[in-house]
Amino acid sequence: MELKDFKRRDIGSAYIFLNTEATPTDGWQAFKRFVKRTIKGELFVGLWIVLREMIRFDIHTLQYPLEKIEMSPRYRAIHRLLRLFESGSERCIGCGLCEKICISNCIRMDTHVDEKSRKVVSEYSINFGRCIFCGYCAEVCPELAIVHGAEYENAGEQRAHFGLKEDMLTPLDTFKAKHQKEFQGFGALSANADENIKQTPLAY
Amino acid sequence: MFDTAVVIETVVKAVIVVAVIAALAGFATFIERKVLAFMQRRLGPMHVGPYGLLQLAADGIKLFTKEDIIPQNAVKPIFMIAPVIAATTAFVAMAAVPYFPEFTLFGYTIHPIISDINVALLYVMGVASVGIYGPLLAGMSSANKWSLLGAARAVVQMLSFEVVSGLSVLAPIMMIGSLSLIDINDAQTGGIGDWLIWKQPLAFVLFAIAGFMETNRAPFDTVEFEAEIVAGYATEYSGMRWGLFFIGEYANMITISVLVSILFMGGYNAFWFIPGGLMMLLKVSFWIFLFLWVRAAWPHVRPDQLMWVCWKVLMPLSVVNILITGFALL
Ligand code: SF4
Ligand code: SF4
Repeated sequence: MELKDFKRRDIGSAYIFLNTEATPTDGWQAFKRFVKRTIKGELFVGLWIVLREMIRFDIHTLQYPLEKIEMSPRYRAIHRLLRLFESGSERCIGCGLCEKICISNCIRMDTHVDEKSRKVVSEYSINFGRCIFCGYCAEVCPELAIVHGAEYENAGEQRAHFGLKEDMLTPLDTFKAKHQKEFQGFGALSANADENIKQTPLAY
Repeated sequence: MFDTAVVIETVVKAVIVVAVIAALAGFATFIERKVLAFMQRRLGPMHVGPYGLLQLAADGIKLFTKEDIIPQNAVKPIFMIAPVIAATTAFVAMAAVPYFPEFTLFGYTIHPIISDINVALLYVMGVASVGIYGPLLAGMSSANKWSLLGAARAVVQMLSFEVVSGLSVLAPIMMIGSLSLIDINDAQTGGIGDWLIWKQPLAFVLFAIAGFMETNRAPFDTVEFEAEIVAGYATEYSGMRWGLFFIGEYANMITISVLVSILFMGGYNAFWFIPGGLMMLLKVSFWIFLFLWVRAAWPHVRPDQLMWVCWKVLMPLSVVNILITGFALL
């Protein structure tokens, strides 16, 4: 399938009209319709379809705790704070934009100026009990410092559940082992995006 | 006078039949879940034991240990006895059903039938329809609207299908001239061409439809259709009482499968190189599978449609069938 197939807009001839069968007016017509419907064998089509699926054995079950689906890069789960690839220092410059834009008011941060008179973030926490995973913080961040990860298995025992800087920041050893993955950006396609492409239902 | 040996033999047979059928009924629930799952592209129970096989044991333990709740406003004795009626009638009906050809064990010929009575067919169908008292009493005593609706539907359904199933087996009985299931089986000894299904195709279809109604299976599961009346007559039941209803239902399924196999599909006669016992097992398994298959494929009918189809279509057809058979016999 090529791009031009997807761009095809003239679906005029492909419309399928509903079967507008006239309602029977007298008993004889009703009887004819009854006979026609009885003989039609639609029931056996139904039987065949379920049997075909059983024989094909194309099972769609994902046995969850044992198998997991790969999350799309667009998925917004627990946040991660990234490090600079070159130096390994924290990307966050403490601008406070994320704290400001957060519509649930759940980001709190504290900054100070260090001995090299650079602004560094001393505390950074997100109350995941309140976070609605809207993604604004990641979108507004000028440094791609705060991004969403794919870790979706989170349940809390309390209403307030704080993720601290140490929890979200890429640990140094992980970073040194080059396991920190760059955030693909909003609207990024998943790795298997090509396989998921389908024609719009209008076309078939 | 009763011989002690005969008494012992009958008791042993009865115990074996009840044990085996109850176990098979439990196993059928597992098979049902698996088959339905496969037909819907799912895996079904997977986690308990290899391929979920031990799910059966887990369900059994759950049913036995669950609290047996009796609603405050229920009519207690009737509420308590209704599931027993449903299960016992299903098993009692099996007394006159032959399962396998007779065989010899330790020099002793065994007839795998508890009692060969001469009105076996009448007896089985009569007892099986007494089973409808289970749902009826359960629904009426539960003090629950859904249960009551389920009970009403049970009565409606029974009045409708009993006529059809009764009339439809009449034609084969006229041809064979006996109500004993063993005689009916022996009348079809001559291979596949002798099966009654070829001589009585209409009666076969009618009886099969009535069988689906009798066992409350889809597409005629109006009595306990979840989307309309919660769980119907079984809404208020829990634990083993609920389990009894379902053992009854699956036992009924097995009885109907055996009946159809014997009446129309050559029974336990050997076929080609396959011995009769295996043939019977194959036929009954096919019918059980058909019950599940139909459940996966077909939508269910409304109670009024069910009555309509029974009284206006199936009953006239079965009467016509009897007439034709009568003329042909003359
Ligand atoms: S995802 Fe939304 S709610 Fe959560 S911390 Fe970011 S801005 Fe706040
Ligand atoms: S918007 Fe980005 S750089 Fe600014 S404080 Fe938040 S995480 Fe740090």
